[in-house]
Amino acid sequence: MAELIKVGMADYKVGRNPYNLISYGLGSCVGIALYDSVTQIGGLAHIMLPDSTQARSAENPAKFADTALPLMIEDMQKLGAMKGRILAKIAGGAQMFAFANVTDIMRVGERNSEAVKMVLKKLAVKIVAEDVGGNYGRTVELILPNGIFRIKTIDKGEKEL
Amino acid sequence: MLPEDVLKLTELQLDALKEIGNVGAGNAATALSQIINRKIDMTVPQVAILPLGDVPDVVGGPEVTVAGVYLRVFGPAPGSILFLMPQESAFYLVDTLMGRNAQSTHALDEMDASALLEIGNILAGAYLNALSYFTKFTLLPSIPALAMDMAGAILSIILIQLGQMGDHALVIETEFTTENDGVKGHFFLIPDPGSLGTILQAIGVKE
Repeated sequence: MAELIKVGMADYKVGRNPYNLISYGLGSCVGIALYDSVTQIGGLAHIMLPDSTQARSAENPAKFADTALPLMIEDMQKLGAMKGRILAKIAGGAQMFAFANVTDIMRVGERNSEAVKMVLKKLAVKIVAEDVGGNYGRTVELILPNGIFRIKTIDKGEKEL
Repeated sequence: MLPEDVLKLTELQLDALKEIGNVGAGNAATALSQIINRKIDMTVPQVAILPLGDVPDVVGGPEVTVAGVYLRVFGPAPGSILFLMPQESAFYLVDTLMGRNAQSTHALDEMDASALLEIGNILAGAYLNALSYFTKFTLLPSIPALAMDMAGAILSIILIQLGQMGDHALVIETEFTTENDGVKGHFFLIPDPGSLGTILQAIGVKE
């Protein structure tokens, strides 16, 4: 078993083979796995909010889609990844509670997924696979030796992207 | 001061919030005790200011399965209430409520879910009564919603709200336990942006 690097909420980590990157219990947050298959360098971000410009406090850039991803790519490049080769896989963005009249707070999962897609597009990073939405939690693991993004749930099974 | 910044709360303000938590949880424990007809002990509320990412550890880590009942609070100090309990406690509660033998539930059916929602409703109402008493505000809970999933995923709904204001959460947390068979529960009260200041002002500890 490869050694696991844990990525907490509102955090990101980068690493290379033989490490795996894992983040537990994503709900409305989105996990973004970036991977350069040639160098086997990857990064996993666990963002909570779409946009740092609308937040009251922006002291932790890893919390927001728009600020976390550029920093993570920079850190991957420092390890030796090449930006043009980096591909993205994303998961999460669920709506955990169903309400009759859905407010903005409820829809934050959807807004997170949309923001992540927009930011990646702006950064010219292609999304090759995604597992977003639904009403259930996910644990996500980026397996650095092969770039597989493994998604575990409690009763919706396990899949590999 | 910025009342939204929980790191800047004074001792006095934290004590006042703790007292509300104490009375609110006491009300809720009494209600729960009457529903399941068991004596319920509760711990003295802990008021902790935690980094957001550490909050799931309060209930055993982000990946443990928990049942959560979530309600919105309407009124002059809007916010959210989340009542979390470990999966086994949720099963124990529905077994007790439905008059079944202990440990006969392994998954929730519609009736079970409805029973848990009602419990969440009653507990939230009991808790809100305390907050209303101290603030003199009329605070009304929404219809509750239930989810059973990973603690991190369920908590994300409130942590994301808190994340808009800062990187720390003010957690007023009480644990319930029954005498022999552990029903454990955790209560989280999360004021919306601006509401914490409104509450502190109403109870006279604005500064």
